[in-house]
Amino acid sequence: MSVLIYAESENGQLKKIALELASFGKAIADQLNTNLVAVTINCENNDLLGNYGVNEVLAASQQGDFNAQQYAATLSEAAKSIGAHTIAVSSSADSRFLAPLVAVTLDAGYVTNVVGAPISSNPFQVKRSVFTNKAFSVCEIATEVKMVGLSKNAFGVHENQTTATITNFSPASAASDMKVTALDKATDTVTIADAEIVVSGGRGLKGPENWHLIEDLADTLGAATACSKPVSDMGWRPHSEHVGQTGKPVASNLYIAIGVSGAIQHLAGINSSKVKVVINNDPEAPFFKAADYGVVGDAFEVVPKMIEKLKSFQAENA
Amino acid sequence: MKILVCISHVPDTTSKINFVENDTQFDTQGVQFIINPNDEFGLTRAMWFKEKSGASVDVINVGGPETEATLRKALAIGADNAIRVNTAARDAQQVAKEIVTVMQQNSYDLVIAGRESIDYNGGMVPGMIAALKGMNYLNNCIGLEIEGSQATAIREMDGGKETVTTPLPLVIGAQKGLVEESDLRIPNMRGIMMARKKPLTVVEPTQEGQQVQTISFEKPAPKGAVKLVDPENIDELISLLHNEAKVI
Ligand SMILES: Cc1cc2nc3c(=O)[nH]c(=O)nc-3n(C[C@H](O)[C@H](O)[C@H](O)COP(=O)(O)OP(=O)(O)OC[C@H]3O[C@@H](n4cnc5c(N)ncnc54)[C@H](O)[C@@H]3O)c2cc1C
Ligand SMILES: Nc1ncnc2c1ncn2[C@@H]1O[C@H](COP(=O)(O)O)[C@@H](O)[C@H]1O
Repeated sequence: MSVLIYAESENGQLKKIALELASFGKAIADQLNTNLVAVTINCENNDLLGNYGVNEVLAASQQGDFNAQQYAATLSEAAKSIGAHTIAVSSSADSRFLAPLVAVTLDAGYVTNVVGAPISSNPFQVKRSVFTNKAFSVCEIATEVKMVGLSKNAFGVHENQTTATITNFSPASAASDMKVTALDKATDTVTIADAEIVVSGGRGLKGPENWHLIEDLADTLGAATACSKPVSDMGWRPHSEHVGQTGKPVASNLYIAIGVSGAIQHLAGINSSKVKVVINNDPEAPFFKAADYGVVGDAFEVVPKMIEKLKSFQAENA
Repeated sequence: MKILVCISHVPDTTSKINFVENDTQFDTQGVQFIINPNDEFGLTRAMWFKEKSGASVDVINVGGPETEATLRKALAIGADNAIRVNTAARDAQQVAKEIVTVMQQNSYDLVIAGRESIDYNGGMVPGMIAALKGMNYLNNCIGLEIEGSQATAIREMDGGKETVTTPLPLVIGAQKGLVEESDLRIPNMRGIMMARKKPLTVVEPTQEGQQVQTISFEKPAPKGAVKLVDPENIDELISLLHNEAKVI
């Protein structure tokens, strides 16, 4: 009956989303009056999960790079071995890759983009975002085994001190004829998916030569950089930075939009960011209606000032 | 090579989202429906395979008669055949199972779906098709080349990308990058005329039951007014972000 989560790690260390997922899993386990089990793969700091309410860790090790088929097989086997009826995953690219495979294997009803703990556990109802963050829906999962995917930053990280027992888990090896032949992962920059703060630039920046403004502000804040769709369409920035309805979703704590008008398709992708700041020289820009804080002014004057003021603020508060 | 492109029929990206019947139904009044943008990137990539290597391209939708205009648009862009499974889409596994049933009749080397639909945002259907059929699968696909029966695909992941080789048959979740925005095709008159003559086959559903049910919808709570800060007083902005919003 346990609740099972897949706690993702990278380079042997749990990701922050794994701790958020554990916190979320704990809330479900409490509702169902059961314990919380986590599966990890190639993770070295499993103990940490005990701080977030995990009672047991099934620690698997697997050869080679991430492989969705093999990881999905491990998670499915773990779910079967402990008889888990509720499985929670995060919404990282990897988890969203493997989760549908698990759902089919376990014949589980699966709901993604869940924004909070279940509304009720019997019937099992959750709230999820739909229409690219323009609305929510309440969904009911009717299958015996239920699967939920937690939206990033929707639940937060909450401590729940327990001691997790750690058991080695050796799944039967699953064959896969898919092979990773090249990996190109930025190691020194913050990614949009992981970032607490995202600084985004639009067409108002006039050209790629001005992007040092966005990058300097992002560096000062330890933030990821992003852009509007036309900016990536024109090749000013890589398309991996394009956020919005047809780009990446942003669910950061702070989103700073500079020279972005705030078209409905852009807003759809960033709606679930908690606090939005807009810098735009047009007071009529639609983004001001969706923002928490705004500065009506010229980005080329406001942004350098902001970087300077932030640096002195950080020096004072260091 | 035979390619199947899964087409989701979704509200135009500018649509106002409203609900009717006690917030249990999406209000389609005045809403324009389009090919899901991720599916359109996939369809365009399929057209390139067709032009370069003579691949045949079928498109499929699970939905009521109202989706036929969207399928006709896919035919006008250049798909050869359209298939509509005549039932409302209830949940992702049902949709995936209906598509797999159709795939039983015609075998496909490549199945292209979108990374996610912009209405349901499930990101589930392509992975489920692959799992049900025992095919290989790659999500967030931003590059795909096929040489004989071997594919080389690029997958975007958080903070980077990876190149993967896999034998066919393959299912991918397509997104921007697979082709660029500027590569998308607007159907021309000839395409539209030809689309009228192309086959659009309606097949009856085979699946019963439902795993996930949508009970109701709600809209986000209205936002408070923006707090404007004078550009000459950026210190105030920093203080608000630190003391009030507590985000820096
Ligand atoms: C099917 C479809 C899907 C789409 N999906 C997306 C999506 O996912 N993401 C997305 O972003 N867009 C998307 N769009 C595009 C969207 O409709 C807008 O065109 C786009 O977001 C506008 O980008 P922008 O704000 O950078 O540019 P603009 O709309 O040109 O806005 C530039 C802004 O900069 C301001 N500005 C100019 N100079 C300065 C200055 N010196 N200082 C400060 N401000 C200045 C201007 O006042 C203006 O508000 C989509 C469109 C379609 C049709
Ligand atoms: N009713 C449907 N008919 C055909 N294809 C669909 C349908 N629903 C979803 N798809 C495909 O699956 C992809 C992902 O959809 P979703 O799982 O809803 O995010 C879409 O981009 C489509 O390619």
